[in-house]
Amino acid sequence: MNPSTPRTMFEKVWQQHVVTEPAGEPTILYIDLQLVHEVTSPQAFEGLRLSGRPLRHPERHVATVDHNVPTTSIADRLVIADQIANAQVSALRKNCADFGIELFDVQDADQGIVHMIGPELGLTKPGMTIVCGDSHTSTHGAFGALAFGIGTSEVEHVMATQTLPQSKPKTFLIHVEGGPNGALPFGVTAKDIILDIIGRIGTDGATGCVIEYAGSAIRAISMEGRMTICNMSIEAGARAGMIAPDETTFAYLKDRRFVPKGAAWDQSVAHWRALATDPGAAYDRELHIDATQLAPSVTWGTSPGMVTSIDAAVPTLDQARTDADQKSFTRAYEYMGIRPGTPIQQIKVDAVFLGSCTNGRIEDLRAAARVVNGYHVAGSVRAMVVPGSQAVKRQAEAEGLDRIFKSAGFEWREPGCSMCLGMNPDILSPGERCASTSNRNFEGRQGRGGRTHLLSPAMAAAAAITGHFTDVRTWNFKA
Amino acid sequence: MEPIKILTSTAAPLPLPNIDTDQIIPKQFLKRIERTGYQDFLFYDWRRIQEGPDAGQPDPNFVLNKPEYKGAQILLAERNFGCGSSREHAAWAIAQFGFRAVIAPSFADIFFSNAGKNGIILATLSEAEVQTLMQRSIADPRHSITIDLEAQTVSDQQGFLARFPIDPFRKHCLLNGLDDIGLTLLHQDKLQAYESARQNQFWLDPKPQIV
Ligand code: SF4
Repeated sequence: MNPSTPRTMFEKVWQQHVVTEPAGEPTILYIDLQLVHEVTSPQAFEGLRLSGRPLRHPERHVATVDHNVPTTSIADRLVIADQIANAQVSALRKNCADFGIELFDVQDADQGIVHMIGPELGLTKPGMTIVCGDSHTSTHGAFGALAFGIGTSEVEHVMATQTLPQSKPKTFLIHVEGGPNGALPFGVTAKDIILDIIGRIGTDGATGCVIEYAGSAIRAISMEGRMTICNMSIEAGARAGMIAPDETTFAYLKDRRFVPKGAAWDQSVAHWRALATDPGAAYDRELHIDATQLAPSVTWGTSPGMVTSIDAAVPTLDQARTDADQKSFTRAYEYMGIRPGTPIQQIKVDAVFLGSCTNGRIEDLRAAARVVNGYHVAGSVRAMVVPGSQAVKRQAEAEGLDRIFKSAGFEWREPGCSMCLGMNPDILSPGERCASTSNRNFEGRQGRGGRTHLLSPAMAAAAAITGHFTDVRTWNFKA
Repeated sequence: MEPIKILTSTAAPLPLPNIDTDQIIPKQFLKRIERTGYQDFLFYDWRRIQEGPDAGQPDPNFVLNKPEYKGAQILLAERNFGCGSSREHAAWAIAQFGFRAVIAPSFADIFFSNAGKNGIILATLSEAEVQTLMQRSIADPRHSITIDLEAQTVSDQQGFLARFPIDPFRKHCLLNGLDDIGLTLLHQDKLQAYESARQNQFWLDPKPQIV
C-alpha cells in the first residue's frame, strides 16, 4: 500500500503487527498481550506440555480467576465447593507457576474479571494487539487496541509463538452522533447505544468486520462507557470493536501501574495519538446513528438483537423481518414466557443482576446507586451487585455505594463473572426472570430455564425497586 | 489432525438459525480440564426432556436421539451457526460426537476458526441450497450427502450439486491434517527479526521495562 494512502486505525494497528505474509497462508500477526483465565486455558497448557513446546513470552501473559469463582466470601473462593471448578482453578495456579505467568488470584487486591483488570492495571494500551480465550476481549478495543476473543487451540498457539495466523477482517465504521457536545438524551447510556446497534444490524450484522465507533457521542462517552460498547461488539458478530484514543483515554491511563511514566509517557502518547484514522480513509461499510433519537433499551427475547425500547412492546410475529426471524421469535416467546404485544413496562422481574465485564465498572455502580438511593428493592425481587473487580469494589466502598445498595436490600458480592454466565453458584432457577446488566440473553445463559433481559445499570436498578421494567427517564431521584 | 478429502454420509438436520455455542455445549461442561470426552455433552439440554415426570430422560423428538440419524457425520443448520461464546468446546463436542462437517448458510467467526482447527469442514451454501438439503434429509434420514473438499462441492444422488468457498490455506490444512503451530514455527526467522525490530517500542508492551 502507498504510504501516503489514508489509513484507518485498524489498518495501522494491523500493519504494525504483521510478522510475515507467507504466500498462500494467512498473515502471521504478532500478539502483544494474552490474557488468561481458568476456563479456556487448561487444554492449551496441556497441549504445550504434550508437544514439549515452551511458552515463548511469559511476560506477555497475565492471568486471573473470574468465571468459576463464587462471589460470596473469601473462604468460599479459596477452596471452591464445586470440585470440578476447584480443580480448574487449581490447574490454573499450577500452570501459571510452571510457565512463569503472573496470576491475580482470588485473594489478590487486583483480582477481577479478566476484561476489567487489563485496563485497570494499564496492561491494555492503545495500538496493542490483545487476545484472550473469551469472546468479550473486544472490550479492550475501547483504548484503540485490536483485541479479540479466540479459541483454546489459538490460546495454545499464542503461548507457543506469540503470534496468530489471521485473515484480514473488513472495516465497518459506526458513526454515532449526539446532541450538543455529543450529549446523549437523559437516561440513555452506552449500553442503550450498543443494544440499539445490535437490534439494527442483527447478531451477525458485523461478521468478519472490525467495527470502529466514532462520532461526537462516542467522543463524549467515558472510558467505562466506551468499554461497554466495545464489549458487546461481539454480540453483533464483529471480530473486534475499536475507538480511537483521545484525551479521555490518556487521562484514564496516566499513572496506572503498567503504563510508562515521565518522558516515556509523553513519547507513548505521541505514538498513540497517531493511531487515529486518517481523514479520507475508506471503510468497507458504514452506518450512521442519530443518538438523540434513542431511548433506554431492553431485550425481550433470547438473542441480544431481540431488543426494543422501554416505551415499546414485545414485537408481534408480523414484525419479524424474515421467515427465520419468525421461527426465532416464536421460540423466544415460549422460552421467555412472554406474549407478543405486551408493553415492556408491564413485565415483572424476579431477579436483578448488576455486574459483569459489560457493566460492572465504577460508573455503572454510581449510576445504579443514584436510582436506588432512598428506595428499597421490591418485595418479590432478589437483587445483587457484583463489582467487576476488587479495584471497583474498593472504590465503591470508599464512596459509600455499598451502603446505599445494602440498605436498599441488594446483596453486595465479591468480584467475578457471577450471574453473567451461570458457571459458578450464582444462577437463575428455571422460569426465573432477571433484569441483567450483562451481555447475553441466550437460552440458559444465566442458569437452565432462566429468562434474561439485558439493559443498562440505571434501568436494572429501577426494575429492582419497582419489580417491573421502569422508564428511568421518569424516575423520581431522591438524592 | 486426521486428513480428510471426501466425506459421504447421512446428515442430521437442525432447522434453526443462530444456534449459539451455549446450546451446542452448555457452560457446566466448560469446567473440565481435559480435551476429550465432550461427545456426551453435545446439545446437552436439547437432547433431554426438560420438564415433567420424564425430565432428564433422552428426548426422542430431538434429531440426535433418533436412531434413523445415528452415525450421521454431517450436521445441517441455518444461518449464523456457532454464534456467541468463543468456547472451543463446541467444536470439540461436534467433532468427538462424530461430525466431520457442518453445512449452513453462514457461520460465526470464532466458531469458524475453532472448527477448522479441529478438522471440521464448514461448508457455506446459499439459504436455498441448504433448505433443499434440509428438506431431503428431513424427508429421508438415509439421504446421503457427499462433500468433496478438493473440488469444494456438496452433492447428493438426486442431482444436487453446489460449490462452497474455502480459504486455500484452510483447505490445505484440512486435506493434509496439518497443525497450525508447527506451520507458524516454520517462520521462526521472520518472528525473531520482527521481535528484534520491535524491541524499543515500549508503548506497545503490556509491562514496559521502562516504567
Ligand atoms: S463477565 Fe460474562 S462476558 Fe465477561 S468475561 Fe465473565 S462470563 Fe464473559
